[in-house]
Amino acid sequence: MTSIFDLQIGDSLEEITLHPVSRIDLIKYAGASGDFNPIHTIDAEASKAGLPGIIAHGMWTMGNLAKLFTPYLEEGFIQYYKIRFAGMVFLEDVITLKGKLQKEREGLLDFTVAAVNQDGKEVINGAITFKKYV
Amino acid sequence: MFKDIIGKRSEKVKNTVERGAVKKFAEAIGDVHPIYVDEEYGKQSRYEQNIAPPTFPRVFDYGEIEDFNLPNVGLIHGEQIYHYKRPLLVGEEVYCYTEVLDYYEKTGKMGLLSFVILQGSGEDKDGKIIYTERQSVIITEPVRKELVR
Repeated sequence: MTSIFDLQIGDSLEEITLHPVSRIDLIKYAGASGDFNPIHTIDAEASKAGLPGIIAHGMWTMGNLAKLFTPYLEEGFIQYYKIRFAGMVFLEDVITLKGKLQKEREGLLDFTVAAVNQDGKEVINGAITFKKYV
Repeated sequence: MFKDIIGKRSEKVKNTVERGAVKKFAEAIGDVHPIYVDEEYGKQSRYEQNIAPPTFPRVFDYGEIEDFNLPNVGLIHGEQIYHYKRPLLVGEEVYCYTEVLDYYEKTGKMGLLSFVILQGSGEDKDGKIIYTERQSVIITEPVRKELVR
């Protein structure tokens, strides 16, 4: 594995494409996180809320996106992680996780990050600062 | 509606970064890396312990803010920000509380929107901050009407 600190400005982390979102993914996340808002798991509750179907927890997508950095956690850690929830994720959506190095400061790498659906729309986007251990 | 709630906070609640909870969480976000779940790998790592994924603090109990109850349904999560001093270690105790940082209202094409900015904090046993997590919660007009009813 290469070091995250070998990246040049403008380089991207290797993208990860998730398998199509399934109901069981969201049931598992509800159980693991304790977020039982029923619009994420129960069709009738989603339609009552005016949605065309159940939607993923925004925090499920945010949790997934951080794994771009997991291989590098011996070199440093995520010091700052900011996300704006820009769009909804529905069942069967295919989400791709992306990160791009924007800036390097003393021991800090500033990335922009996003999760993009099959239509190329960013469903969440934001920034991660990765801090190097010295 | 919530203006008088700015600055209020909950009492600290003791939480533990439980091994089983970390494993379930890592599985739920499809990030079953040995740094999170393999005990021996954790011992050999620079942390000498397994760590928790950055969005794990979602599972902690932050206590209740008096006279402040957001409904479980009908809210929009606008933004989420984590600040970490260091990763959370499996097995450690974390003292968590939540506070209302800000409240404001905006009228736009979706009608009157209410914004609540909440910040959760996790401290070690000496009261040193390990992380904060800030979330902006948007209350839409129909939900707000239900709340004030």
